[in-house]
Amino acid sequence: MTRRIILDRAIADDLWQLIPAGDAVPAGGKIIVPLAAWLAGHAALSARGGQVGVWLKPDDEPGLLARDVARLPLIAVQFPQFTDGRGYSIARLLRERFGYRGELRAFGDVLRDQIFYMASVGFNAFALKDGKSLEEALSAFEDFFEAYQTSVARPVPYYRRRLGGAPA
Amino acid sequence: MYRYEPLDQALVDQRVRQFRDQTRRYLAGELGEEEFRPLRLQNGLYIQRHAPMLRVAIPYGMLSARQLRMLAHIARTYDRGYGHFTTRQNIQFNWPRLEAVPDILAELATVEMHAIQTSGNCIRNTTSDQFAGVAHDEIVDPRPYCELIRQWSTFHPEFAFLPRKFKIAVSSSIEDRAATFVHDIGLHILKNAAGEIGARVIVGGGLGRTPVIGAVIREFLPRAELINYLDAILRVYNRHGRRDNKYKARIKILVRQLSPEKFAAEVEAEWAHLKGGPAVVPEEEFARLEASFVPPAYEAPADTDATFERHRHDDRAFARWVQQNTFGHKVPGYAAVTLSLKKPGVPPGDATAAQIDTVADLAERYSFGEVRVSHEQNLILADVRKSDLFALWQAASKADLASANIGLITNIICCPGGDFCALANAKSIPIAAAIQSRFEDLDYEHDLGPIDLNISGCINSCGHHHVGHIGILGVDKDGSEWYQVTLGGAQGLDAALGKVIGRSFAADEVADVVARIVEAYVEARHVQNEEVEPFIDTVRRIGLEPFRARVYGTPELKVA
Repeated sequence: MTRRIILDRAIADDLWQLIPAGDAVPAGGKIIVPLAAWLAGHAALSARGGQVGVWLKPDDEPGLLARDVARLPLIAVQFPQFTDGRGYSIARLLRERFGYRGELRAFGDVLRDQIFYMASVGFNAFALKDGKSLEEALSAFEDFFEAYQTSVARPVPYYRRRLGGAPA
Repeated sequence: MYRYEPLDQALVDQRVRQFRDQTRRYLAGELGEEEFRPLRLQNGLYIQRHAPMLRVAIPYGMLSARQLRMLAHIARTYDRGYGHFTTRQNIQFNWPRLEAVPDILAELATVEMHAIQTSGNCIRNTTSDQFAGVAHDEIVDPRPYCELIRQWSTFHPEFAFLPRKFKIAVSSSIEDRAATFVHDIGLHILKNAAGEIGARVIVGGGLGRTPVIGAVIREFLPRAELINYLDAILRVYNRHGRRDNKYKARIKILVRQLSPEKFAAEVEAEWAHLKGGPAVVPEEEFARLEASFVPPAYEAPADTDATFERHRHDDRAFARWVQQNTFGHKVPGYAAVTLSLKKPGVPPGDATAAQIDTVADLAERYSFGEVRVSHEQNLILADVRKSDLFALWQAASKADLASANIGLITNIICCPGGDFCALANAKSIPIAAAIQSRFEDLDYEHDLGPIDLNISGCINSCGHHHVGHIGILGVDKDGSEWYQVTLGGAQGLDAALGKVIGRSFAADEVADVVARIVEAYVEARHVQNEEVEPFIDTVRRIGLEPFRARVYGTPELKVA
């Protein structure tokens, strides 16, 4: 059965296979490999049949992908527990500092009640924890309609937007 | 004070709706205990020893009379008729039903209040000087900066799941009345030589089981960069703070592990990316925030008032209250008044619904309808005409709000302790009561002069015992409650951590121990003309030994 995820605020089939650390890489298909595997052999990985994405643990350094962001179709960030907030900073760095524009996916202990913040910091794909309703999670994007801060979703903070002018 | 704009109100209303749905899903079994826990905590809801506890936010301690009446209403309707003001300038209700909390939050939202981020591993309520805007020694009003930080920290999407809780305090006066050196971030708003406003940034202070005095990591940050710099600090902490051990997860541990210099370098490197970017705060925003805190329409009374002076001369109790419970106001003819929530025998910081209503009335009659909460757990009427002080004192006395003990030994800072709190090792309220009854003799208490006595029921240090001149900490030894005593702690610009005097004591001995410490002080203090050396100065001068000798040198006390 195809696993389903939330992608760009809609339910979609997950076309990617996540490769755990230490596992062998299949010859074909879309795969998401650990950062260490990517850094160790991205030339070989890029030469194989299917597309390759990279996944990061919370303590991985996103800056190591700075030169690869333009060619990566997918970066995934692991949330081992939903209370581990490091992935939020990783997402902002990838989007804001390194200019990553591809699919940015949260996976692991991903729950409905964190989706609003995750979307704010730049995630556009959510592989929910097993057993959680995707249909219900779709409503999370509507939890709030505004925010004060600078974020990926709202690059200009409210105190500048309210002035009506262009950002500095 | 700051009044909500449509956006502020909309966010709070949406938060109520969100939490109502989360509570419904929890009660329906759709949300597990562990999944619900951080959600309820970030809405101020703890599960306590006897019942849930709801902590309501009072941003930088500012309240209107209307808000106070709502708090009284909630105490009556959903609780047992009282509330507890905390050392974070918030209020806690100890007996609400979990099912009722969404309704309580909805009621609070009607008066621009909420319980957002009053608990959990997120940025907590920002605290400040209870005399902000009126203090005679103020450099600039810190409240616009507090409000800016309130908005920035509210629902910050990147920092909702930090390694541990995060507390920010802002001060902007000669004296530091906001304990900025024992916060995760302390900010001193000040002016540089060119007259520009900025902030001195202190990080890594804190109490708890590893008390640390914070380190200055930047002497002057231009105010336009305040939010960028806070984002940089929080990002370094969020990414690199320890998450493997909750007792080593506060930012102070990271700062200490890296060294303040190295930590500062990391922050500066992160800030270099953010500096000048979209989060620069425009001057228009400062002007808007400052306009929320314009001074009230002060009359221009004479600095002294004949009737006031006569009452002060004729009535010793009034004179004593004026001396202890009023504070110098920057406008001549006015005073800031502290209404004491430290009546001996009443748990420190507790106020009944009737008292809260009375304070609302007094605020409307005498102080432009505004009230502040101090981190020492008292209530302040900041703008009282000296000619009104006598009438105010009489009214406050009737409501048991006029104990003339501000700054004195019975103005005890105290956590709820083992009577309420699930974390506590020991009770703290009965200890406070025993000490207060020991110093019931007002003449003696006033003769002792300023003494800060702080009590925590466990090492989480909610009662700030580390920075009490006398600190008392409840500890658990083989299942029974014992109390460790420290001396020499202080808050303010010369903040210091108290040192343990020796082995701990049983509950029924603590008041005796305090009495002996105080006797030793009275014998040792220098008195020259009318100048009496304060307790903390004597402790600093003579050290702990004379106090140890007095406490342990007499055999009747059983020590653990």
